[in-house]
Amino acid sequence: MAETILAKGTTAPDFELYCTPDQRLKLRDLKGKRVILAFYPADWSPVCSDQMALYNEARKLFQQHNAEVIGISVDSKWCHLAFEKDRHLHFPLLADFEPKGEVSRLYGAYDEKEGQSKRALFVIDEQGVIQWSYLSPDGINPGADGILQALETMDNSQH
Amino acid sequence: MSALKTPVSGKDQQTGHPGAPVTLVEYGDYQCRHCGIAYPFIKRLLAEKEKDLLFVFRNFPLQEAHPAAYMAALAAEAAGRQGKFWLMHDMIFEHQDNLHGNSFIDFAAALDLDMQQFAQDWRSEAVKQKVEADFESGIRSGVNGTPTFFLNGEKVSYDETYESLLQAVEAVIPQQR
Repeated sequence: MAETILAKGTTAPDFELYCTPDQRLKLRDLKGKRVILAFYPADWSPVCSDQMALYNEARKLFQQHNAEVIGISVDSKWCHLAFEKDRHLHFPLLADFEPKGEVSRLYGAYDEKEGQSKRALFVIDEQGVIQWSYLSPDGINPGADGILQALETMDNSQH
Repeated sequence: MSALKTPVSGKDQQTGHPGAPVTLVEYGDYQCRHCGIAYPFIKRLLAEKEKDLLFVFRNFPLQEAHPAAYMAALAAEAAGRQGKFWLMHDMIFEHQDNLHGNSFIDFAAALDLDMQQFAQDWRSEAVKQKVEADFESGIRSGVNGTPTFFLNGEKVSYDETYESLLQAVEAVIPQQR
């Protein structure tokens, strides 16, 4: 179990989690695309809602770099569904629900004391390797500037 | 994480004293309640720090959360094409609780805009690009919600009080003298 969040250069551990009440999403299915994994403590809490609302709007900027954003928390698939509908979110929220926090733990992004995911960001390249990661204090919305910078650095190193 | 990445330029909507030592930039959303709270603070600040302050408003509409925010941003920029950005900006904030699709047509008429021109500009690619460029510059500057203020390029610790803005501005003014 990772004590700190996984760092640049690490292969992103694969996982399979519910993204809707009847569909599961595997990380490896997204190979060939860049993936932004955003672990966050909880649906509905004020800071998270702002962060997810921001990523909802920033998606078009991420997509210009062939990247898709995915949110992950320990909330259930039904809770995610209600949250997505209420906030008009257009990207998947994964339920790290059973066994609780298992995927968050794999990425070093689980808060054992609170029983929820930490607020951690990972940018994964087309081959499934982590190219950038960032752990934000729970109460602070990390914004999207770090993600965009990481994506641009990746663009530049390809040329 | 906290510096303004896109410097203020002639493309920005500006009010206050040109060439003032202090430039305050707000990233705002016309349907954001917190921006509505900050709106009179800015008015007061501009009145009190008349000679020292230039104020810039950049659009940061959260379209999915606030259904009329993007249209509002386009309407203000379109009014700007007829030299009435700030009048439209004020009118939108003053009617913030009751914005809908037709509001902006009513506002444009009340401001005596050339309606045909307004309708054309409101839907134009150029106005859309201005709003989107503002949003992107905000994202790049680490804006994570609205309102976010930058004072001479540095992010302000704003706590929803007038005093927090005033203190931030006053802390910068003496250094310039």
